[in-house]
Amino acid sequence: MIVELGHFALILGFAVALFQATVPLWGAIRGDAVLARLGAQAALVHFALLALAFAALTHAYLVSDFSVLNVFQNSHSLKPLIYKWSGVWGNHEGSMLLWVLILALFGAGVAVFSKRLPDDMLGATLGVQGLIASAFCAFLIFASNPFLRMPNPPIEGRDLNPVLQDPGLAIHPPLLYLGYVGFSIVFSFAAAALVLGRVDAAFARMIRPWTLAAWITLTLGIAMGSYWAYYELGWGGYWFWDPVENASLMPWLTGTALLHSAIVLEKREALKTWTILLAVVTFSLSLLGTFLVRSGVLTSVHAFAVDPERGLFILLILIAFIGGSFALFAARASALQGGGLFAPISREGALVFNNLFLSVASLAVFVGTLYPLLLEALTGAKISVGPPFFNLTAVPLMVPLFLAIPFGQKLAWKRGDLLGASQRLWICMALGVVGAAISAYAAGGGPVLALAGIGLGIFLVLGALDDLLDRGLRGGIGMIGARLRAIPQSITAMALAHAGAGLMVIGISATAFETEKIAAMKPGETLALDGYTLRLEGIGPVTGPNYNAIAAEFSLRDPAGTELARLRPAKRVYIGRQMPTSEVGRYRHGLSEIYLAIGETSDGQHVDLRAYHKPFVLLIWLGPLLMSIGGILSLLDRRLRIGVPARRARLRPEPAE
Amino acid sequence: MRYPLGLLLAAALFATPALAVRPGEQLPDAAQESRARKLSAELRCLVCQNQSIDDSDAPLAVDLRRIVRERISAGDSDAAIRDFLVARYGAFVLLRPPVSAQTILLWSLPGLALALGGLAAWRLFRRRPGEAGEGPAEMLSPEEQAELQALLDKPGRSGPAA
Repeated sequence: MIVELGHFALILGFAVALFQATVPLWGAIRGDAVLARLGAQAALVHFALLALAFAALTHAYLVSDFSVLNVFQNSHSLKPLIYKWSGVWGNHEGSMLLWVLILALFGAGVAVFSKRLPDDMLGATLGVQGLIASAFCAFLIFASNPFLRMPNPPIEGRDLNPVLQDPGLAIHPPLLYLGYVGFSIVFSFAAAALVLGRVDAAFARMIRPWTLAAWITLTLGIAMGSYWAYYELGWGGYWFWDPVENASLMPWLTGTALLHSAIVLEKREALKTWTILLAVVTFSLSLLGTFLVRSGVLTSVHAFAVDPERGLFILLILIAFIGGSFALFAARASALQGGGLFAPISREGALVFNNLFLSVASLAVFVGTLYPLLLEALTGAKISVGPPFFNLTAVPLMVPLFLAIPFGQKLAWKRGDLLGASQRLWICMALGVVGAAISAYAAGGGPVLALAGIGLGIFLVLGALDDLLDRGLRGGIGMIGARLRAIPQSITAMALAHAGAGLMVIGISATAFETEKIAAMKPGETLALDGYTLRLEGIGPVTGPNYNAIAAEFSLRDPAGTELARLRPAKRVYIGRQMPTSEVGRYRHGLSEIYLAIGETSDGQHVDLRAYHKPFVLLIWLGPLLMSIGGILSLLDRRLRIGVPARRARLRPEPAE
Repeated sequence: MRYPLGLLLAAALFATPALAVRPGEQLPDAAQESRARKLSAELRCLVCQNQSIDDSDAPLAVDLRRIVRERISAGDSDAAIRDFLVARYGAFVLLRPPVSAQTILLWSLPGLALALGGLAAWRLFRRRPGEAGEGPAEMLSPEEQAELQALLDKPGRSGPAA
């Protein structure tokens, strides 16, 4: 009954989305404020209906209703409650329902905060959002319906893929989707602005909070996924250039570019067409990512051809929206006039530089991800494009970008003075070189590139925070608190986000200094690892709620011989799917980690151990976390959060940034 | 298959994450072993989804790792080992595709895009006021210029109203 209610709510939600896609858009184009404003109500009702549908599916999972095909295929009555919950989006149909729910959430968000939006802009934006929602509701209902019942309900479910039974999964996909799908509303704003022919500073202000919100969650989602892969998959890697990872990285790169180009549009009314193009491209890449992940095309072009229904459906949606928006763009872009002038050495120039490198990096990832698919489809030739390609293309493109960040932060608008701005940056750069030298000394040498990376990261952190320190210390140490509070929040936000990028660079460079030991060990044997000593204390079976495991217990001692911790890496076999997974043992000290994974333990007499010492590895995820905190601070800055500033606010002089 | 979203679609795949290189496989010579690891990281495990043989536990990956190490012990160069594997398994085995007629576009597009983008940015900087849509409003007429100069030359800083 509840399942049918959810099914019905989904269909009704589809109907409301169709209304939202037509009437308010029509009202916006005809200049009928009443019809345009209906978009807000429609978006709220649409969201409520989809929330109901989602709740109904969640209920079916929580009570293990195996008469629902989707629940049967992806759940198990013995599964811990949190995984019954997260299992809702741990499969194709459920995750698409979450996708549409988040789409509706952003539409409802605009409806709630719409008071300051012009009527036509509101109607057109929500209309476009309704178009996207209609397409994906149709996809859900006709091609991947999560509410289908089974005629003869089985007694037990097939269980969720055990690799996904992890708290990380509870948070990662929703965050990633919030980011991915969040760019839909920016796309809708851009399409609306094109339809209405109004791309100006006010438009940049309208999209700012939404771009930021999507960017923050996408950043967190990607970082979370990377951390999840690090500790769950058992070989200590954090990024694999997997097509699925690339699918989330591409919109992140262009979304970051968009965040920066919108600043130029807001302050100087320049880069209009470019900003619109980025908004369109970013959401197109989100759609492309959805297509890549959901259609099965990644497994092989042939797998796609065998069961093409879903893939074709999303492909059609993809072509319709990307094609439609580019046609609209081509028709209207020429009407947009370029804005203020600026010299190459200026804040705008630095942001253009940022956009150039971010976009080309995104393109490199795009080419590397899709080239083998296209080549195979066109010529039948199979080639692989793996990590070495991306390390040779996308990664070098990031270096000039990171180098330029501290300089860009110091340049004035319109025409900057590079020499004047960079005076203190030379000190930061020197400190970076000193830091790299110290690392080389501590590690007893090391790859030159990794050392350069550490120097770059230190320069980036210090250079990003230099402004804050300078402003804070201007009144002497005693005044530092008050001084720092007086700094506009958006400037603090920018400094923190950029420093976060620097921390990440340090963390990634430091992986070159990790130590890896592979050994077969018997109980009582010891292994030396960078001065630490690991001793295998025992091997034994462990029984979990829905898995059996073999665990090994290691004691970890520091160079002085003090026991620091007991680590218990294990190999689990899940009962439902008879699938092995590995649980790693980790010990954190400072920002570094000792990381253990075990392999074969077949005879019960010895284990194959892979042990790592990973210096400063946590910076890889703390960096993006700091970037997101910067984003959140910027979002909370009252001065900028408000969609379109009230007239009184505009009269206040704004501090230069 | 190493990433949650990917795993969502991976019902058919059985990635068994664990140790890839096993203790018994390693070469006694540290320099040769490190060469083997470097080479393995650039070779694809053909039955896995986008994993190198260095990362994979699949039986085929184990075999390929053994071949790589045997060849290194026999004194083959990295290029010779790659050629040997390509002859057996095709270009698909290489995670770093060699530059060829088929891949020239792949390798050149990022550079081309950077050059074209740089050119576009340069043209953006070279714009003149007339093209930018700001109009001549920013330029002062000779009369205005003279008036401004007169104001600037005046002693005292009380401004134009004085």
